Amino acid sequence: MSSEIPGDLKFLKSHEWARLEGNGRVTVGISDHAQGLLGDLVYVELPNVGDTVEAGAAVAVVESVKAASDVYSPVSGTIVEVNTDLADKPETINEDAYGEGWLFVVEMSDPDQLAELLSPDDYAELIAGEED
Amino acid sequence: MTRKTVLNETHRALGAKMVDFGGWDMPIHYGSQIDEHHQVRRDAGMFDVSHMTVVDLRGPRVREFLRRLLANSVDRLKVPGKALYSCMLNEQGGVIDDLITYYMDEAFFRLVVNAATRDKDLAWIGAQAQPFGVEVSERADLAMIAVQGPNARERVIGLLREADREVAGRLGRFAAIEVQAADGTPLFLARTGYTGEDGFEVALPEGAAVAFWNALLEAGVKPAGLGARDTLRLEAGMNLYGQDMDETTTPWESGLGWTVALDEGRDFIGRAALEAQQAAGVPRQMIGLVMDEKGVLRHGQKVLAAGGEGEILSGTFSPTLGKAIALARVPAGEPGQVKVDIRGRQMPVRVVKIPFVREGKAQPGVLA
Repeated sequence: MSSEIPGDLKFLKSHEWARLEGNGRVTVGISDHAQGLLGDLVYVELPNVGDTVEAGAAVAVVESVKAASDVYSPVSGTIVEVNTDLADKPETINEDAYGEGWLFVVEMSDPDQLAELLSPDDYAELIAGEED
Repeated sequence: MTRKTVLNETHRALGAKMVDFGGWDMPIHYGSQIDEHHQVRRDAGMFDVSHMTVVDLRGPRVREFLRRLLANSVDRLKVPGKALYSCMLNEQGGVIDDLITYYMDEAFFRLVVNAATRDKDLAWIGAQAQPFGVEVSERADLAMIAVQGPNARERVIGLLREADREVAGRLGRFAAIEVQAADGTPLFLARTGYTGEDGFEVALPEGAAVAFWNALLEAGVKPAGLGARDTLRLEAGMNLYGQDMDETTTPWESGLGWTVALDEGRDFIGRAALEAQQAAGVPRQMIGLVMDEKGVLRHGQKVLAAGGEGEILSGTFSPTLGKAIALARVPAGEPGQVKVDIRGRQMPVRVVKIPFVREGKAQPGVLA
């Protein structure tokens, strides 16, 4: 794999990343590996600010030319921000999955859930296994 | 077992992402499907279509056989080299496959059929050919490269030997000729395609395919994968077998009525069933849809029309239009205000004439 996985991220097996922002909030996106699998993204359906979300529940949809894919929230809580820029530029996710391509921010109701997520190394191992 | 075309290693070396397609290991894209799509609409791109099945039919009664086998009339082929698009039907009028027939001479016609339907096609054609004494031979020794786009023909012609360039340049649409590359490689050059752009489909000996592909690259033709091929053909309003029609649907229900020739006295397979369905009233129709809202139309989504429920057959995001487009099958009659159920939301769509895009341009009414 060409792209580096930032060390401050945690992952779900279903390829979402979570970044703890330090104020009880978590930014969520999809991994660079996931955007590569999906190919050119053309549409993103985001939750609404104020929505209550459960860890492991589908809260957003990313669609490439090829397929639609659910995005699961890594943690439970309340949506406090969504990346509205993606409406006009969904390809941002292809270009910068771990940065400008973030999807939404959750204010956590149960911070212990973070401990259940994969470390960058575990995630790297998971996707290396998928490629065999 | 997964089959590979002779260009498999070439695709990998070009960075292709490979996927299984009907049992073949094929490139879906070489980086960006959308870029490849635009490349074909704006300049020239090439596709490895060697997985498609070339079948040669030989014998004195081959035309008579094709009158029986095909729903379109092979008698429309009057000049050697001319090609005809047709469905091959079962007795129920269902589509076994769609194919192109090339008229080489009175004792030799060539068919190009789909890869995914190869086995059943060969079995069916073989069985039907027997009473006519027609010899059926699959040309697994041929590779095929489709070069498509406004500049595609010029790029291919530049690779031909001097003596063949003029005749290749004069080749009419939907016709083929046999020519030679500059190095003497024999090429079957057909002015056909599956993108809605001008261009050639070139069949050539497998052993020469890699060199010819590389010569095209050298000439500025960029590789394009099956992903772009699918969005291009859907924009062009061309059906995909297995998705837009199959053995359970007739050409009338699949937007393919224009390929059925009910010419006087020709008893083709499936004709009785087609005429019976026409007399009774065709229950379903294919329509083209465009969605102005954001989102993507996809195969299997439920369609709500005035006459009842239908479904999306082929749906995608159209890179040329920047909107979702689809072919849908709905009950016969005026469709009215059509909606598509996308994850529980009923999204309004517009019914438009097919094709959506031809030769780089959105067709009238498609962008509203």
